Amino acid sequence: MTLLKHELKQSRISFTVWTAAIVFFICTCIFMFPEMKNQMNEVSEIFASMGSFSQAFGMDRLNFGTLIGFYSAECGNILGIGGAFFAALLGISSLAKEEKEHTAEFLLTHPISRTRVVIDKLLAVIIEIIVMNLITFGVAAVSVAAIGEEIPLNELILIHTAYLIMQLEIGCICFGISAFIRRGSIGIGLGLAAVMYFLNIISNISDSAEFLKYITPYGYTNGADITADLKLDAVLILLGSAYAAAAVILGYINYSKKDII
Amino acid sequence: MKAIETNRLTKYYGKSRGVQDLNLTVDEGEFFGFIGPNGAGKSTTIRILLGLIKASGGSAEIFGKNVFAYKEENLKSIGYLPSESAFYGGMKVKDVIKLSADLRRTDCENQARTLCERLNLDVHKKVNELSFGNRKKVSIVCALQHNPRLCILDEPTSGLDPLMQKEFFSILKEHNQRGMTVFLSSHILSEIQRNCNRAAIIRDGEIIACGSVEELSKTNAKRVSLHGRFDIDGLEGVKDIQESSDGTAFLYNGSINRLVSALSKGDIKDLTISDPDLEEIFMHYYTGGSKL
Repeated sequence: MTLLKHELKQSRISFTVWTAAIVFFICTCIFMFPEMKNQMNEVSEIFASMGSFSQAFGMDRLNFGTLIGFYSAECGNILGIGGAFFAALLGISSLAKEEKEHTAEFLLTHPISRTRVVIDKLLAVIIEIIVMNLITFGVAAVSVAAIGEEIPLNELILIHTAYLIMQLEIGCICFGISAFIRRGSIGIGLGLAAVMYFLNIISNISDSAEFLKYITPYGYTNGADITADLKLDAVLILLGSAYAAAAVILGYINYSKKDII
Repeated sequence: MKAIETNRLTKYYGKSRGVQDLNLTVDEGEFFGFIGPNGAGKSTTIRILLGLIKASGGSAEIFGKNVFAYKEENLKSIGYLPSESAFYGGMKVKDVIKLSADLRRTDCENQARTLCERLNLDVHKKVNELSFGNRKKVSIVCALQHNPRLCILDEPTSGLDPLMQKEFFSILKEHNQRGMTVFLSSHILSEIQRNCNRAAIIRDGEIIACGSVEELSKTNAKRVSLHGRFDIDGLEGVKDIQESSDGTAFLYNGSINRLVSALSKGDIKDLTISDPDLEEIFMHYYTGGSKL
């Protein structure tokens, strides 16, 4: 518990900055909606006729004239990119930063097991991602109400849940990787999140690359699918959860026997 | 009881040697010195004892308990002072000390306050703003505030001014008198000589000598310095020959009669025969020599 509290305290500034930035951009998008609503029907038609470009970003099947269509595309990108980068940074630096900044020697010469270190640090990553998403969801719901739109609660919850799971998956994978590395962690974390994002774009464009949706966690965050089906893709989520669990377990095994030099 | 016991302890980093077949015994209550040049294997030994790295072979025990199987239990009774202190950025000194105590689940407030006062440490400063010496003081408080049974010190005085070094050793001696075992790793011989009862010398990953400091410095060898002409070639037991324009100096370990006889055949203008000092003996060990 001591380490968990310490971890949360240590990252409170970066947590605040990232959460504030994501909330700010989501609010900005929501408050722009009333002004843009009338022009959005034309925009939807334009996007629908743009072929693979709009297909790449999942915008070909969204109705931008509705709040949820607009929200899925615009706010989804903010949650998808910003949230994933935040989760990647949290996860990748969690264990690696101790060795990079030479604090591992301080921490691990206290009577605390490496299992406890892994559990507390992973919990800290998960808690921060969940709290960031709860704040974002709350502010988004209030903002929707503030612009006089009816809150599409089911869709909003499903979209936010999908992005939360996606961020948890990326956070856990990066956490697992962080047990193997000592330096260069930030580049690896952001790079991984970016690669996953682009894999999703490729998977959306080409049918032959559709299998990529089984690799990238963005595969189950497609707003058009979620709002059309009003459910999440359980297969992809289970697969993603398996990747996350495997990464954490491998990371744990490596960290347990790793030499702290 | 043995505070530290290693048996053929070996550590390889890939192909490079850390320590090799290291046998070391430190009794509880001892003030033990561990000396050797840089890269000899001192830090590797300490890291194995603390469970930071795993040995490639052999075993190591702290108070009779294996360092890996009972790592957390052992660490409860150990205080560790690293050679370079690194703390979490942005924290205040008092928060680092509190974190260390909390990780030990021990209330060390009184002892921490006393140590900070004695070491003249400002607990309200941020650790990033501290000098190397002051960071060392924070580490000293973290290492001693829980009154450990064993204190492992890795180059403890680097960065501390002479007055603080004196105060630090006085604190250590007080703890030692109350029963704490001290394992002092250093390459500063005077530190070992002044404070330790016993010491071990490590070189190239192996213990090459171990015993009381007096025993280690006891030798039959003599340092011979002379001015004049002298044929050294026929004399057996000569080591470390240093020739200069002023004369010749060498370490001699052999029959004094033969030395006097050989000297009498030369043209000697001045002669000094003395015991080698402790520093000289350690330098001899460091640079690859065997027991003098």
